[in-house]
Amino acid sequence: MLTVDGITMRFGGITALDGVGFAVEQGTAVGLIGPNGAGKTTLFNCLTRRCTPDEGTVCYEGEDLLSLPPHAVAGHGIARTFQNLGLFQHLTVRENVMVGAHHRGRTGYLTAALRLPRVRREEARLRSLAEELLRRLDLADVADHPASGLPFGTLKRVELARALAVEPRLLLLDEPVNGLSHGEVEVFADLIRAVREDFDLTLVVVEHHMGFVMGLCDRVVCLDFGRTIADGPPEQVQRDPAVIEAYLGAAA
Amino acid sequence: MSTGELTMHASRTARWARPLAALVITAALIATPYYFAPFRVFQLTMVLLYAVVLAGLNLLVGYGGQISLGHGAFFAVGAYTAAVMLDRFTTGHLATLPVAAAGCFLLGLGFGVPALRLRGLYLALVTLAFAVFLPPLLKRFEHVTGGSMGLTVPKPQPPSWTGLAEDQWLYFLTLTVAAVTLLVVRNLLRSRVGRALLAIRENESAAEVMGVRLSFHKALAFAWSAMFAGVAGCLYTWVIGFVSPDSFSLNLSITLLAGLVVGGLASVYGPLLGAAFVMYVPNLAQDISPAAPGVVFGLLIIAVMYLAPTGLAGLAARARQGVRRCVEHLRHTRRRPEPASPAEQTGPPQPEPQPLTAPPTIGKG
Ligand SMILES: Nc1ncnc2c1ncn2[C@@H]1O[C@H](COP(=O)(O)OP(=O)(O)OP(=O)(O)O)[C@@H](O)[C@H]1O
Ligand SMILES: [Mg+2]
Repeated sequence: MLTVDGITMRFGGITALDGVGFAVEQGTAVGLIGPNGAGKTTLFNCLTRRCTPDEGTVCYEGEDLLSLPPHAVAGHGIARTFQNLGLFQHLTVRENVMVGAHHRGRTGYLTAALRLPRVRREEARLRSLAEELLRRLDLADVADHPASGLPFGTLKRVELARALAVEPRLLLLDEPVNGLSHGEVEVFADLIRAVREDFDLTLVVVEHHMGFVMGLCDRVVCLDFGRTIADGPPEQVQRDPAVIEAYLGAAA
Repeated sequence: MSTGELTMHASRTARWARPLAALVITAALIATPYYFAPFRVFQLTMVLLYAVVLAGLNLLVGYGGQISLGHGAFFAVGAYTAAVMLDRFTTGHLATLPVAAAGCFLLGLGFGVPALRLRGLYLALVTLAFAVFLPPLLKRFEHVTGGSMGLTVPKPQPPSWTGLAEDQWLYFLTLTVAAVTLLVVRNLLRSRVGRALLAIRENESAAEVMGVRLSFHKALAFAWSAMFAGVAGCLYTWVIGFVSPDSFSLNLSITLLAGLVVGGLASVYGPLLGAAFVMYVPNLAQDISPAAPGVVFGLLIIAVMYLAPTGLAGLAARARQGVRRCVEHLRHTRRRPEPASPAEQTGPPQPEPQPLTAPPTIGKG
């Protein structure tokens, strides 16, 4: 479904990604691990066209992903969440989710200004779609509340709901359980497993929480200083000396 | 009385309160020109006209999160489009409105598209340059614009069947355009494109990842906003019957932006309150200190922003909330003398305290 090949990304003197390559099969969950600054978020940024790598190719469903303009990525069924929550603070939870469904609407400025019947119909459609996701993720009670001021755990769910509103086939999660309490992590892991099943998702998950990664992922890729240092089944990667070395080095 | 009853009662009140309020306001707006002297009617017409520009500016600045220092120039282009058409051709007044609107829309697009590819303050700078450079340009093309002397054009005359005086007719024309403008802006905001604009204001990256085309939405918001400025400019020519370059100095652009901020950014009533500010406060400043009206004007802006950081509209909303809370409190204490029940505390959920022990992670050193 997704093939990343030889991606190199430099920021000035820093080489954030250095010839990274891996493949993601349809329907699998791939964990992306690595110490701080390994380049995981940068890789997500390349996949969502936030930045263009200096070298390498990304092939998604037989198409060259890097040739797409940034706003077209959602339309191709790719959604993501952000490491530090990228929510629209002053918008309500429902509006946040409805923005996720942006590419599923057609209304332009002129038709919106005139509020033609089809604009009303589209609004009703997007609204009911958002409503369904909010119910599914247990957010119906806070639907009209602005995103700012809600508990962190709730915001994580809102961001997931917004990503699901894109109707993705490939979902990129950047540290989904970062900052959650122990109990919340378990609940959120179950939730992700459930929506993965329901929405038939392919996942790429960046996460430092090893229990979470091992419980969810079919395969794990480990980055260190922008290089792929391990790629395989979770248990194997966890035991890999290079991976242990990388983490010990980072912790020291 | 249970909270359920209370909310039911409140919603029942709200159901008839809204249409009733709308009816009363509409009636008051229609009755106004019959009760006030022509000069007052003229002033109110100007307030409505400024509300049109400010509603457009609100779309761009308040909801779109961009800054324009050149809306006075688009206003001028609209005004001059109408004046030149009335001066040179025998088109009649109504034809000037769509031409001014379309002209400013295209001009806005022309300015917006290149400026918006760059980020942040570039748009402010480009629009500022436009506002600075337009008045001398208008003076330069004397044979069309009348140069420094400006142009005097006829005002629209009331059809005899209406039995209205000129000032009343102008008031109703402006009222109609202002009502349509406010409705259009509201429609835009309540749709997919309005949400896209808000999303861009809140978080560009996230908006783009959700499929929002940034440059498209920014350019169109700018163009629509310029169009409303042009429409207001056209109304200005109708109402005043005279245009000259000095009426559209940089000062106008800045006053408009200040008016919007004082009225309340990203608020429904902000443009109306801001328009009243733009219309009345410079005169008030002139009365208070004929020597240095600018100082008084500036101090008044500072005072408002200090007392009401979210603008006059924010102040009004807070006052309304306060009154409502007071009323509810009184109602409660009258029926049941005990202190507030837990059911009453339906504020926003508080953030859960973060656990002190970090979740088991590796490599987070
Ligand atoms: N826009 C940017 N400009 C300059 N340097 C950048 C930029 N984005 C990332 N970097 C650098 O690239 C490197 C990789 O950063 P990245 O955010 O991808 O790491 P990460 O693996 O996500 O780390 P973490 O676990 O802390 O989230 C870092 O050294 C970072 O400073
Ligand atoms: Mg990261």
